[in-house]
Amino acid sequence: MNTLTFDNVSVSRGGQVVLGPIDLRLQLNGITCLLGPNGAGKSVFLNLCHGMFSPDNGVVDWNGKSAISTRRDRSFMFQSAAVMRRSVQANVAFPLVAQKIAKAERLVRVGEALRFARLSDQAKQPAASLSGGEKQRMALARAWVTRPKVILLDEPAANLDPGSTRALETMLRDVANSSGVMIATHDLLQARRLADHVLVFVDGRLEINQSADAFFTKTHTGVVADYLDGRI
Amino acid sequence: MKVVALILTLLAGPMLAQDRTMILASTTSTQNSGLLDFILPQFEAVSGIHVYVVAVGTGQAMRIARNGDVDALLVHHRPSEDIFIMQGFGVGRVDVMVNDFVIVGPTADPAEIAVSTSAAQAFEQIMSSQNRFVSRGDISGTHLREMDIWHDAALLPSGRWYLEVGSGMGTALNLASGLNAYILTDRGTWLSFRNRGDLTILFEGGTGMRNPYGYIRANPAQFPHVKSDEAAALGDWLISVEGQAAIGAFRINDVQLFCPDALPTPDQSQDQHRTCAANALQR
Amino acid sequence: METLAKAWQLLIEMDADLLAVIGLSLKVSGLAVLFALIMGAPVGAALAIWKFPGRQVLIVVFNSLMALPPVVVGLSVYLLLSRSGPLGSWGILFTPKAMIIAQTALIFPIIVALTREAVQPVFREYRGLLISLNASPVLVLRTVLWDARFGVVTALLAGFGRAIAEVGAVIIVGGNINGLTRVMTTTIALETSKGDLELAMALGIVLITLALTMNAMIYAISQIGRKYQEVRE
Repeated sequence: MNTLTFDNVSVSRGGQVVLGPIDLRLQLNGITCLLGPNGAGKSVFLNLCHGMFSPDNGVVDWNGKSAISTRRDRSFMFQSAAVMRRSVQANVAFPLVAQKIAKAERLVRVGEALRFARLSDQAKQPAASLSGGEKQRMALARAWVTRPKVILLDEPAANLDPGSTRALETMLRDVANSSGVMIATHDLLQARRLADHVLVFVDGRLEINQSADAFFTKTHTGVVADYLDGRI
Repeated sequence: MKVVALILTLLAGPMLAQDRTMILASTTSTQNSGLLDFILPQFEAVSGIHVYVVAVGTGQAMRIARNGDVDALLVHHRPSEDIFIMQGFGVGRVDVMVNDFVIVGPTADPAEIAVSTSAAQAFEQIMSSQNRFVSRGDISGTHLREMDIWHDAALLPSGRWYLEVGSGMGTALNLASGLNAYILTDRGTWLSFRNRGDLTILFEGGTGMRNPYGYIRANPAQFPHVKSDEAAALGDWLISVEGQAAIGAFRINDVQLFCPDALPTPDQSQDQHRTCAANALQR
Repeated sequence: METLAKAWQLLIEMDADLLAVIGLSLKVSGLAVLFALIMGAPVGAALAIWKFPGRQVLIVVFNSLMALPPVVVGLSVYLLLSRSGPLGSWGILFTPKAMIIAQTALIFPIIVALTREAVQPVFREYRGLLISLNASPVLVLRTVLWDARFGVVTALLAGFGRAIAEVGAVIIVGGNINGLTRVMTTTIALETSKGDLELAMALGIVLITLALTMNAMIYAISQIGRKYQEVRE
């Protein structure tokens, strides 16, 4: 069980509040999608969830422990995931090296992750030689290989063609069987396909926190309606 | 770190193999002519001492000797040598050998120094005719001698014709050869120099052109770390009958370059020198 | 042309003394570049990775030191190792060790500056990933150095090229002693000063060949490295 708590959290950049204040208590089950227009604070929220940096105010906890001290329980996949200048398998193995996992076990787990990402045939290639979709699948395999409790993804399909997006989403659904998943996306259709739960941000404020079924079957008003209708 | 230590040990290996060694600071003239390569192996054969030669100008040789970085000197500027010993840096100076300086220049000899009666007069003619002259300019023995000659002529050389190169004899000769300029050189370096171009010897002889070499040991009282036994052994050998014979036997194209100058009896020494100098003048 | 022909002949004959001189050149410069790499690569990487006060100043300093005249380095190391200098008691002046120290000092800034340049783009790409994985400083350093390995090898070859071609530093601290500290460049200087242009040229050809080999290797390595380096649209 993964419980995320935001206690009076806010972040400012250059004197401008970009997120918050946010108070939130969320049981992470299945896939949670973060929605909202560009610059609404999705990405900042996701970074705070992983403990990439400290908020200016407030506390971010997972199960009562600070996000920063528990990074190793989670994985974070960036919108433009780092493609390390190594082979595909070395890329996937890297988080295990960081966690000092013994080589024998590393090999087993990397093998599994590569099969999972359907990249076994490309294991020994330089990662840079992969296609865009393959790179994102490799990044997801790298995020998954440590068996994290939670995987956080920032726009994972932003630059992918429909076929690659579909393959990635299939993987994500499998990942969600064993780990909590939180995805920032600007793609409503993707959210509709994947989400079990939805958070909507507008202008740095958390406007919606409800189940996907409730969110997608209701008529919205105010700024959320403006966002959904493409007015902001 | 282990690797580094291992490498350093390997590196040190060949240096430790030679147990008795010493460092001699010498002049480029003795080194470049091949004299030291000829006589030092003979010394090593009898003494078991390997001599490492650092060949620099007389001035720089004394400079590094003042820092205690060498065990002995073989140099050629008597006034500087006397000061060096007076200051307590060196001991046990001995005369070892002598050769002579010559003035070389373009075959056409535009300054007409071939008919000069003295080195000072030759310098004066070069200066007044404004023909190019290359000066070592490096406080070497040869450069110091050149300054002495200008001093004798009561002249202060300067102008576009006077080129100070600030480097060794060979480099200076290469320049002179390229520019067809006059230059003062020791005979040894000249005879072994192979890029002469149009240059030839135009003035030689006279007391002002005598070029004596002295051997000085670093003062062990001043520098406790120096290899004074080895340095003394080399000094003794250089002035021994064998050492002097070795110096006299060194030849390039059948020409003797250095005349032994340390034989025990004055008469013999005189004879030896006269013969040697005569040879030099006959060439 | 005649000089060149004679030079070739000397090279083909390759007598033992000439081989020893070439061997010492390779040994001194090779070890110098190795030591400079061991010390300089982490410093270069650290300059690319961590922000600390004075970092900009250090970067400028190392970039400027890349162009340091070898004579100045040689003189500084001479003053250090001279019997009357602070490290005089080591007694290693006029030995290959002194030459290695001088060349290490000469190449160190090159390794630092070029490593920093090689690591910087790698770290920029990896920064988020490394933070998200809670990577330790040691792991960060190892990772970026390894993944910038093609650039680091280029730095190494550039350093080696500079070391093996320089004469100013080794002649001062080595003394150009026959059979002990005589390397290719000091031999070239010596033989040129003797007017023996053939031998000088023969060694010059060896140096040019080495330089060509180095540059060919740098090029080949950068070609391999390119395969691993992502080209972002």
